Amino acid sequence: MIETDILIIGAGPTGLFTVFEAGLLKLKCHLIDALPQAGGQCSEIYPKKPIYDIPGFPEILAGDLTTNLLEQCKQFEPGFTLGERAETIEKQEDDTFIVTTNKGTKHHAPVVAIAGGLGSFEPRKPLIHNISDFEDVGVEYIIKDPEVYRDKRVVIAGGGDSALDWSIFLSNVASEVTLIHRRNEFRGHLDSVEKVQELKNEGKINLITPAEIIGLVGDDKLDAVVIKQAQHIEKEFEIECDHFIPLFGLSPKLGPIANWGLEIEKNAIVVNNALDYQTNVPGIFAIGDVNTYPGKLKLILCGFHEATLMCQAAYKIINPGKRFVMKYTTVSGIDGFDGTRKEAPKAVVKKIE
Amino acid sequence: MEQDINIKITDREGVIHKIQAPTDMAMNLMEIVRSYELAPEGTIGVCGGMAMCASCQCYVLSETDLPEMQDDEEAMLSEAFHVKGNSRLGCQIQMNPEMEGLEVELAPES
Repeated sequence: MIETDILIIGAGPTGLFTVFEAGLLKLKCHLIDALPQAGGQCSEIYPKKPIYDIPGFPEILAGDLTTNLLEQCKQFEPGFTLGERAETIEKQEDDTFIVTTNKGTKHHAPVVAIAGGLGSFEPRKPLIHNISDFEDVGVEYIIKDPEVYRDKRVVIAGGGDSALDWSIFLSNVASEVTLIHRRNEFRGHLDSVEKVQELKNEGKINLITPAEIIGLVGDDKLDAVVIKQAQHIEKEFEIECDHFIPLFGLSPKLGPIANWGLEIEKNAIVVNNALDYQTNVPGIFAIGDVNTYPGKLKLILCGFHEATLMCQAAYKIINPGKRFVMKYTTVSGIDGFDGTRKEAPKAVVKKIE
Repeated sequence: MEQDINIKITDREGVIHKIQAPTDMAMNLMEIVRSYELAPEGTIGVCGGMAMCASCQCYVLSETDLPEMQDDEEAMLSEAFHVKGNSRLGCQIQMNPEMEGLEVELAPES
Protein backbone atom coordinates (compact mmCIF):
# COMPACT_ATOMS: atom_id res chain seq x y z
CA MET A 1 0.00 0.00 0.00
CA ILE A 2 1.38 3.39 -1.03
CA GLU A 3 0.69 6.02 1.66
CA THR A 4 0.61 9.73 0.89
CA ASP A 5 -1.11 12.98 1.87
CA ILE A 6 -2.56 14.00 -1.49
CA LEU A 7 -3.10 11.34 -4.12
CA ILE A 8 -3.12 13.02 -7.53
CA ILE A 9 -4.78 11.27 -10.45
CA GLY A 10 -3.03 12.56 -13.57
CA ALA A 11 0.58 13.70 -13.96
CA GLY A 12 -0.03 16.55 -16.41
CA PRO A 13 0.95 20.16 -15.72
CA THR A 14 -1.82 20.72 -13.16
CA GLY A 15 -0.95 17.54 -11.25
CA LEU A 16 2.76 18.33 -11.25
CA PHE A 17 2.24 21.89 -9.99
CA THR A 18 0.04 20.51 -7.20
CA VAL A 19 3.13 18.71 -5.88
CA PHE A 20 4.89 22.05 -5.53
CA GLU A 21 2.03 23.89 -3.84
CA ALA A 22 1.37 20.94 -1.51
CA GLY A 23 5.06 20.78 -0.67
CA LEU A 24 5.01 24.39 0.53
CA LEU A 25 2.40 23.23 3.06
CA LYS A 26 4.52 20.19 3.98
CA LEU A 27 2.08 17.79 2.32
CA LYS A 28 3.45 14.83 0.38
CA CYS A 29 2.05 13.83 -3.01
CA HIS A 30 1.87 10.70 -5.10
CA LEU A 31 0.74 10.72 -8.74
CA ILE A 32 -0.96 8.02 -10.83
CA ASP A 33 -0.99 8.26 -14.62
CA ALA A 34 -2.09 5.84 -17.33
CA LEU A 35 0.74 7.02 -19.58
CA PRO A 36 4.25 5.70 -19.01
CA GLN A 37 5.69 9.22 -18.59
CA ALA A 38 4.74 12.44 -16.75
CA GLY A 39 3.42 15.49 -18.59
CA GLY A 40 -0.01 14.35 -19.77
CA GLN A 41 -1.11 15.84 -23.09
CA CYS A 42 1.98 18.09 -23.08
CA SER A 43 4.17 14.99 -23.41
CA GLU A 44 1.83 12.69 -25.30
CA ILE A 45 0.16 14.90 -27.89
CA TYR A 46 2.25 18.00 -28.46
CA PRO A 47 5.70 17.97 -26.76
CA LYS A 48 7.32 19.92 -29.61
CA LYS A 49 4.59 22.56 -29.89
CA PRO A 50 4.97 26.00 -28.34
CA ILE A 51 2.61 27.42 -25.69
CA TYR A 52 2.31 31.22 -25.53
CA ASP A 53 0.04 31.78 -22.52
CA ILE A 54 2.03 30.48 -19.57
CA PRO A 55 2.53 33.64 -17.47
CA GLY A 56 6.16 34.69 -17.51
CA PHE A 57 7.04 32.53 -20.50
CA PRO A 58 6.53 34.39 -23.80
CA GLU A 59 7.02 31.03 -25.50
CA ILE A 60 7.71 27.57 -24.11
CA LEU A 61 7.57 24.12 -25.69
CA ALA A 62 5.07 21.81 -24.01
CA GLY A 63 7.82 19.25 -23.42
CA ASP A 64 10.01 21.89 -21.76
CA LEU A 65 7.13 22.98 -19.54
CA THR A 66 6.88 19.40 -18.27
CA THR A 67 10.64 19.25 -17.65
CA ASN A 68 10.49 22.55 -15.74
CA LEU A 69 7.51 21.49 -13.62
CA LEU A 70 9.30 18.24 -12.68
CA GLU A 71 12.39 20.28 -11.75
CA GLN A 72 10.29 22.77 -9.77
CA CYS A 73 8.66 20.06 -7.65
CA LYS A 74 11.48 17.56 -7.31
CA GLN A 75 12.59 18.65 -3.80
CA PHE A 76 9.15 17.61 -2.59
CA GLU A 77 9.92 14.06 -3.72
CA PRO A 78 6.66 13.07 -5.43
CA GLY A 79 5.98 9.37 -5.89
CA PHE A 80 4.76 8.07 -9.26
CA THR A 81 2.65 5.13 -10.36
CA LEU A 82 3.00 5.40 -14.15
CA GLY A 83 1.51 3.26 -16.89
CA GLU A 84 -1.42 2.34 -14.64
CA ARG A 85 -4.97 3.66 -14.72
CA ALA A 86 -6.81 4.58 -11.53
CA GLU A 87 -9.71 2.17 -11.52
CA THR A 88 -11.62 2.18 -8.24
CA ILE A 89 -11.93 4.38 -5.18
CA GLU A 90 -13.14 3.19 -1.78
CA LYS A 91 -13.94 5.57 1.04
CA GLN A 92 -12.77 4.21 4.40
CA GLU A 93 -14.50 4.59 7.77
CA ASP A 94 -12.05 7.32 8.76
CA ASP A 95 -12.97 9.28 5.59
CA THR A 96 -9.66 8.46 3.87
CA PHE A 97 -9.56 6.83 0.44
CA ILE A 98 -8.01 3.77 -1.16
CA VAL A 99 -7.49 4.05 -4.90
CA THR A 100 -6.61 0.89 -6.83
CA THR A 101 -5.18 0.85 -10.35
CA ASN A 102 -5.95 -1.58 -13.17
CA LYS A 103 -2.78 -3.44 -12.18
CA GLY A 104 -3.87 -3.76 -8.58
CA THR A 105 -1.54 -1.15 -7.04
CA LYS A 106 -3.21 0.33 -3.96
CA HIS A 107 -2.83 3.91 -2.76
CA HIS A 108 -4.07 5.29 0.55
CA ALA A 109 -4.58 9.03 1.17
CA PRO A 110 -6.85 11.41 3.11
CA VAL A 111 -7.24 13.65 0.05
CA VAL A 112 -7.64 12.73 -3.62
CA ALA A 113 -7.07 15.35 -6.31
CA ILE A 114 -8.28 14.37 -9.77
CA ALA A 115 -6.17 16.24 -12.31
CA GLY A 116 -7.06 13.88 -15.10
CA GLY A 117 -7.36 16.29 -18.03
CA LEU A 118 -9.58 14.78 -20.69
CA GLY A 119 -9.24 11.35 -19.10
CA SER A 120 -6.87 8.47 -19.55
CA PHE A 121 -5.45 7.81 -22.98
CA GLU A 122 -6.81 4.65 -24.58
CA PRO A 123 -5.58 3.19 -27.86
CA ARG A 124 -7.77 3.89 -30.88
CA LYS A 125 -8.94 0.61 -32.32
CA PRO A 126 -9.28 0.16 -36.08
CA LEU A 127 -12.68 -0.74 -37.46
CA ILE A 128 -12.13 -4.38 -38.31
CA HIS A 129 -15.26 -6.39 -37.62
CA ASN A 130 -13.67 -9.34 -35.81
CA ILE A 131 -10.76 -7.54 -34.13
CA SER A 132 -12.07 -8.04 -30.60
CA ASP A 133 -11.96 -11.82 -31.11
CA PHE A 134 -8.18 -11.65 -31.35
CA GLU A 135 -7.36 -9.18 -28.58
CA ASP A 136 -4.52 -10.68 -26.52
CA VAL A 137 -4.35 -13.74 -28.80
CA GLY A 138 -2.43 -12.00 -31.54
CA VAL A 139 -3.71 -8.42 -31.53
CA GLU A 140 -2.10 -5.89 -29.19
CA TYR A 141 -2.72 -2.13 -29.27
CA ILE A 142 0.18 -1.28 -26.98
CA ILE A 143 3.61 -2.87 -26.91
CA LYS A 144 4.42 -3.65 -23.31
CA ASP A 145 7.16 -6.24 -23.61
CA PRO A 146 9.01 -6.36 -26.96
CA GLU A 147 10.39 -9.82 -26.09
CA VAL A 148 6.94 -11.24 -26.77
CA TYR A 149 7.71 -10.69 -30.46
CA ARG A 150 11.10 -12.43 -30.55
CA ASP A 151 11.33 -14.63 -33.65
CA LYS A 152 7.65 -14.02 -34.44
CA ARG A 153 6.05 -12.66 -37.60
CA VAL A 154 4.67 -9.21 -36.83
CA VAL A 155 2.38 -6.90 -38.80
CA ILE A 156 2.25 -3.25 -37.71
CA ALA A 157 -0.31 -0.76 -39.04
CA GLY A 158 -0.12 3.02 -38.74
CA GLY A 159 1.64 6.03 -40.19
CA GLY A 160 2.94 7.95 -37.18
CA ASP A 161 6.00 7.89 -35.00
CA SER A 162 5.01 4.91 -32.91
CA ALA A 163 4.39 2.74 -35.98
CA LEU A 164 7.74 3.80 -37.44
CA ASP A 165 9.72 3.49 -34.22
CA TRP A 166 8.33 0.07 -33.30
CA SER A 167 8.89 -1.22 -36.83
CA ILE A 168 12.52 -0.17 -36.55
CA PHE A 169 12.92 -1.67 -33.10
CA LEU A 170 11.15 -4.93 -33.84
CA SER A 171 13.09 -5.45 -37.08
CA ASN A 172 15.91 -6.61 -34.79
CA VAL A 173 13.68 -8.78 -32.61
CA ALA A 174 10.97 -10.33 -34.74
CA SER A 175 11.63 -12.81 -37.52
CA GLU A 176 9.55 -10.73 -39.93
CA VAL A 177 8.18 -7.17 -39.73
CA THR A 178 5.53 -5.88 -42.12
CA LEU A 179 4.50 -2.22 -41.93
CA ILE A 180 1.20 -1.26 -43.49
CA HIS A 181 -0.05 2.30 -43.99
CA ARG A 182 -2.87 3.85 -45.92
CA ARG A 183 -0.57 6.30 -47.69
CA ASN A 184 2.95 6.29 -49.07
CA GLU A 185 3.84 9.26 -46.86
CA PHE A 186 4.50 8.83 -43.18
CA ARG A 187 4.04 11.40 -40.46
CA GLY A 188 7.01 11.09 -38.19
CA HIS A 189 10.48 12.35 -37.40
CA LEU A 190 12.54 12.54 -40.56
CA ASP A 191 15.27 10.24 -39.20
CA SER A 192 12.67 7.56 -38.35
CA VAL A 193 11.26 7.74 -41.88
CA GLU A 194 14.77 7.51 -43.34
CA LYS A 195 15.66 4.58 -41.10
CA VAL A 196 12.57 2.66 -42.22
CA GLN A 197 13.51 3.40 -45.84
CA GLU A 198 16.98 1.98 -45.15
CA LEU A 199 15.59 -1.15 -43.47
CA LYS A 200 13.15 -1.61 -46.32
CA ASN A 201 16.00 -1.44 -48.84
CA GLU A 202 17.92 -4.03 -46.78
CA GLY A 203 14.88 -6.27 -46.81
CA LYS A 204 14.44 -6.11 -43.02
CA ILE A 205 11.06 -4.41 -43.15
CA ASN A 206 8.36 -5.41 -45.56
CA LEU A 207 6.54 -2.17 -46.44
CA ILE A 208 3.06 -2.30 -47.94
CA THR A 209 1.50 1.04 -48.97
CA PRO A 210 -1.03 2.39 -49.70
CA ALA A 211 -2.92 -0.37 -48.02
CA GLU A 212 -5.02 -1.26 -45.03
CA ILE A 213 -5.99 -4.29 -43.01
CA ILE A 214 -9.59 -5.22 -43.66
CA GLY A 215 -9.88 -8.57 -41.92
CA LEU A 216 -8.25 -11.00 -39.51
CA VAL A 217 -7.99 -14.75 -40.00
CA GLY A 218 -7.60 -17.48 -37.39
CA ASP A 219 -9.46 -19.88 -35.14
CA ASP A 220 -8.49 -19.41 -31.51
CA LYS A 221 -5.47 -17.26 -32.33
CA LEU A 222 -4.39 -14.94 -35.14
CA ASP A 223 -2.98 -16.72 -38.21
CA ALA A 224 -3.09 -14.04 -40.90
CA VAL A 225 -4.29 -10.56 -41.80
CA VAL A 226 -6.24 -9.63 -44.90
CA ILE A 227 -4.76 -6.66 -46.70
CA LYS A 228 -6.35 -4.43 -49.29
CA GLN A 229 -3.78 -2.61 -51.37
CA ALA A 230 -4.70 0.17 -53.76
CA GLN A 231 -1.42 0.53 -55.66
CA HIS A 232 -2.06 0.63 -59.46
CA ILE A 233 -4.86 -1.93 -59.32
CA GLU A 234 -6.81 -2.76 -56.22
CA LYS A 235 -6.07 -6.19 -54.80
CA GLU A 236 -6.69 -8.17 -51.67
CA PHE A 237 -4.36 -10.74 -50.18
CA GLU A 238 -3.43 -12.41 -46.93
CA ILE A 239 -0.18 -12.27 -45.00
CA GLU A 240 0.52 -14.96 -42.42
CA CYS A 241 1.57 -13.58 -39.06
CA ASP A 242 1.61 -14.26 -35.33
CA HIS A 243 0.92 -10.71 -34.18
CA PHE A 244 -0.94 -7.68 -35.49
CA ILE A 245 -0.17 -4.38 -33.78
CA PRO A 246 -2.43 -1.48 -34.87
CA LEU A 247 -0.83 1.82 -33.78
CA PHE A 248 -3.37 4.54 -34.55
CA GLY A 249 -2.68 6.82 -31.63
CA LEU A 250 -4.46 7.34 -28.35
CA SER A 251 -7.68 9.09 -27.53
CA PRO A 252 -8.62 10.29 -24.05
CA LYS A 253 -11.62 8.83 -22.29
CA LEU A 254 -12.92 9.85 -18.88
CA GLY A 255 -12.96 6.13 -18.11
CA PRO A 256 -13.48 4.60 -14.66
CA ILE A 257 -13.50 8.01 -12.92
CA ALA A 258 -16.96 8.47 -14.40
CA ASN A 259 -18.18 5.72 -12.04
CA TRP A 260 -16.76 7.16 -8.82
CA GLY A 261 -20.06 8.68 -7.76
CA LEU A 262 -19.01 12.18 -8.74
CA GLU A 263 -21.34 14.66 -10.36
CA ILE A 264 -20.50 14.72 -14.07
CA GLU A 265 -21.54 17.33 -16.60
CA LYS A 266 -20.28 17.62 -20.19
CA ASN A 267 -17.69 14.87 -19.67
CA ALA A 268 -16.19 16.81 -16.77
CA ILE A 269 -16.46 16.73 -12.97
CA VAL A 270 -18.58 19.42 -11.34
CA VAL A 271 -16.73 21.28 -8.56
CA ASN A 272 -17.28 24.16 -6.19
CA ASN A 273 -15.33 26.93 -7.84
CA ALA A 274 -16.36 29.55 -5.28
CA LEU A 275 -14.22 27.86 -2.65
CA ASP A 276 -11.81 25.00 -3.20
CA TYR A 277 -12.66 22.90 -6.29
CA GLN A 278 -14.06 20.10 -4.15
CA THR A 279 -16.43 17.63 -5.80
CA ASN A 280 -19.73 16.42 -4.36
CA VAL A 281 -17.69 13.87 -2.37
CA PRO A 282 -15.83 15.60 0.50
CA GLY A 283 -12.11 14.90 0.28
CA ILE A 284 -12.16 14.40 -3.49
CA PHE A 285 -11.16 17.45 -5.53
CA ALA A 286 -11.01 17.93 -9.29
CA ILE A 287 -8.62 20.45 -10.83
CA GLY A 288 -7.52 21.44 -14.32
CA ASP A 289 -9.21 20.41 -17.56
CA VAL A 290 -11.14 17.57 -15.87
CA ASN A 291 -13.43 19.85 -13.89
CA THR A 292 -16.25 22.15 -14.84
CA TYR A 293 -18.00 25.14 -13.28
CA PRO A 294 -19.69 28.25 -14.64
CA GLY A 295 -17.16 30.12 -16.76
CA LYS A 296 -14.62 27.28 -16.78
CA LEU A 297 -11.69 27.66 -19.18
CA LYS A 298 -9.51 24.69 -20.01
CA LEU A 299 -6.19 26.46 -19.73
CA ILE A 300 -2.99 25.29 -18.05
CA LEU A 301 -2.77 28.57 -16.17
CA CYS A 302 -6.25 28.05 -14.71
CA GLY A 303 -5.19 24.56 -13.59
CA PHE A 304 -2.28 26.09 -11.68
CA HIS A 305 -4.60 28.45 -9.83
CA GLU A 306 -7.07 25.69 -9.02
CA ALA A 307 -4.26 23.44 -7.72
CA THR A 308 -3.04 26.20 -5.40
CA LEU A 309 -6.43 26.82 -3.80
CA MET A 310 -7.15 23.10 -3.58
CA CYS A 311 -3.95 22.52 -1.57
CA GLN A 312 -5.10 25.01 1.06
CA ALA A 313 -8.32 23.04 1.48
CA ALA A 314 -6.37 19.77 1.59
CA TYR A 315 -4.23 21.17 4.41
CA LYS A 316 -7.33 21.85 6.48
CA ILE A 317 -8.61 18.31 5.96
CA ILE A 318 -5.26 16.74 6.84
CA ASN A 319 -4.48 19.10 9.76
CA PRO A 320 -7.88 19.96 11.24
CA GLY A 321 -7.86 23.09 13.38
CA LYS A 322 -4.15 23.73 12.86
CA ARG A 323 -3.18 27.36 12.22
CA PHE A 324 -1.19 28.41 9.21
CA VAL A 325 -0.81 31.32 6.84
CA MET A 326 0.11 31.35 3.21
CA LYS A 327 3.81 32.15 2.80
CA TYR A 328 5.60 33.95 0.00
CA THR A 329 8.43 31.78 -1.35
CA THR A 330 10.58 34.89 -1.81
CA VAL A 331 10.31 35.60 1.92
CA SER A 332 10.38 32.09 3.37
CA GLY A 333 12.40 30.18 0.83
CA ILE A 334 11.63 26.52 0.13
CA ASP A 335 12.55 23.63 2.40
CA GLY A 336 12.54 20.42 0.41
CA PHE A 337 11.63 17.03 1.84
CA ASP A 338 15.06 15.95 0.61
CA GLY A 339 16.80 18.31 3.05
CA THR A 340 17.59 20.99 0.46
CA ARG A 341 16.81 24.64 1.03
CA LYS A 342 16.30 27.36 -1.55
CA GLU A 343 16.20 30.96 -0.37
CA ALA A 344 16.71 34.47 -1.59
CA PRO A 345 20.32 35.63 -1.16
CA LYS A 346 20.74 37.96 1.82
CA ALA A 347 21.26 41.59 0.93
CA VAL A 348 24.71 42.78 1.85
CA VAL A 349 24.84 45.84 4.10
CA LYS A 350 27.94 47.84 3.55
CA LYS A 351 28.72 51.35 4.57
CA ILE A 352 29.45 53.82 1.79
CA GLU A 353 32.48 55.89 2.74
CA MET B 1 -24.39 40.54 -37.69
CA GLU B 2 -23.18 41.23 -41.18
CA GLN B 3 -19.97 39.23 -40.67
CA ASP B 4 -21.99 36.14 -39.85
CA ILE B 5 -22.58 33.44 -42.44
CA ASN B 6 -25.27 30.79 -42.54
CA ILE B 7 -24.11 27.20 -42.42
CA LYS B 8 -25.73 23.81 -41.86
CA ILE B 9 -24.20 21.22 -39.57
CA THR B 10 -25.57 17.70 -39.20
CA ASP B 11 -24.62 16.36 -35.77
CA ARG B 12 -23.69 12.78 -34.91
CA GLU B 13 -27.33 11.94 -34.20
CA GLY B 14 -28.35 13.09 -37.67
CA VAL B 15 -30.00 16.32 -36.51
CA ILE B 16 -29.50 19.24 -38.89
CA HIS B 17 -28.63 22.58 -37.26
CA LYS B 18 -28.91 25.82 -39.21
CA ILE B 19 -26.55 28.22 -37.49
CA GLN B 20 -24.86 31.57 -37.86
CA ALA B 21 -21.10 31.44 -37.80
CA PRO B 22 -19.02 34.55 -37.12
CA THR B 23 -16.23 35.13 -39.60
CA ASP B 24 -14.45 37.89 -37.70
CA MET B 25 -13.43 35.97 -34.57
CA ALA B 26 -10.74 33.73 -36.08
CA MET B 27 -12.95 30.72 -35.44
CA ASN B 28 -12.67 27.45 -37.25
CA LEU B 29 -15.44 24.95 -37.95
CA MET B 30 -14.50 22.78 -34.95
CA GLU B 31 -14.81 25.80 -32.67
CA ILE B 32 -18.16 26.73 -34.20
CA VAL B 33 -19.42 23.23 -33.38
CA ARG B 34 -18.14 23.57 -29.83
CA SER B 35 -19.56 27.03 -29.34
CA TYR B 36 -23.02 25.75 -30.31
CA GLU B 37 -22.42 22.55 -28.28
CA LEU B 38 -23.41 20.34 -31.21
CA ALA B 39 -21.17 17.54 -29.90
CA PRO B 40 -20.44 16.77 -26.24
CA GLU B 41 -17.33 18.38 -24.75
CA GLY B 42 -14.45 15.93 -24.73
CA THR B 43 -15.59 14.30 -27.97
CA ILE B 44 -14.55 17.08 -30.34
CA GLY B 45 -11.47 19.26 -30.55
CA VAL B 46 -9.59 16.96 -28.20
CA CYS B 47 -6.12 18.11 -29.33
CA GLY B 48 -7.23 21.74 -29.27
CA GLY B 49 -7.08 22.24 -33.03
CA MET B 50 -3.62 21.03 -33.99
CA ALA B 51 -4.80 18.47 -36.60
CA MET B 52 -3.54 15.79 -34.27
CA CYS B 53 -6.60 13.82 -33.18
CA ALA B 54 -9.28 13.80 -35.93
CA SER B 55 -12.06 14.19 -33.36
CA CYS B 56 -13.43 17.08 -35.45
CA GLN B 57 -13.57 15.10 -38.69
CA CYS B 58 -16.55 16.06 -40.84
CA TYR B 59 -17.91 15.30 -44.29
CA VAL B 60 -18.35 18.29 -46.57
CA LEU B 61 -21.76 18.02 -48.26
CA SER B 62 -21.86 21.31 -50.20
CA GLU B 63 -19.75 22.45 -53.14
CA THR B 64 -18.31 25.29 -51.06
CA ASP B 65 -14.78 26.45 -51.87
CA LEU B 66 -12.61 25.45 -48.91
CA PRO B 67 -8.96 26.11 -48.11
CA GLU B 68 -6.70 23.49 -49.60
CA MET B 69 -5.66 20.63 -47.35
CA GLN B 70 -2.25 21.02 -45.75
CA ASP B 71 0.18 18.17 -45.12
CA ASP B 72 -0.64 17.65 -41.45
CA GLU B 73 -4.39 17.49 -42.09
CA GLU B 74 -3.86 15.01 -44.91
CA ALA B 75 -1.55 12.91 -42.74
CA MET B 76 -4.02 12.88 -39.85
CA LEU B 77 -6.90 11.89 -42.10
CA SER B 78 -4.82 9.06 -43.50
CA GLU B 79 -4.67 7.57 -40.00
CA ALA B 80 -8.21 8.38 -38.91
CA PHE B 81 -11.21 6.08 -39.07
CA HIS B 82 -14.51 6.54 -40.99
CA VAL B 83 -12.64 8.60 -43.61
CA LYS B 84 -14.41 9.33 -46.90
CA GLY B 85 -13.47 11.26 -50.00
CA ASN B 86 -15.14 14.40 -48.63
CA SER B 87 -13.59 14.20 -45.16
CA ARG B 88 -11.98 17.29 -43.65
CA LEU B 89 -10.82 18.28 -40.19
CA GLY B 90 -13.06 21.04 -38.88
CA CYS B 91 -10.17 22.63 -37.00
CA GLN B 92 -8.38 23.34 -40.27
CA ILE B 93 -11.32 25.21 -41.83
CA GLN B 94 -11.23 28.87 -40.82
CA MET B 95 -14.64 30.49 -41.27
CA ASN B 96 -14.69 33.20 -43.90
CA PRO B 97 -17.49 35.08 -45.72
CA GLU B 98 -17.04 33.00 -48.89
CA MET B 99 -18.27 29.94 -46.99
CA GLU B 100 -21.88 31.15 -46.85
CA GLY B 101 -24.09 28.10 -47.36
CA LEU B 102 -21.52 25.54 -46.21
CA GLU B 103 -23.05 22.18 -45.28
CA VAL B 104 -21.18 19.56 -43.30
CA GLU B 105 -21.90 16.41 -41.34
CA LEU B 106 -19.90 15.41 -38.27
CA ALA B 107 -18.13 12.06 -38.62
CA PRO B 108 -18.82 9.45 -35.92
CA GLU B 109 -16.86 9.63 -32.71
CA SER B 110 -13.85 7.34 -32.61
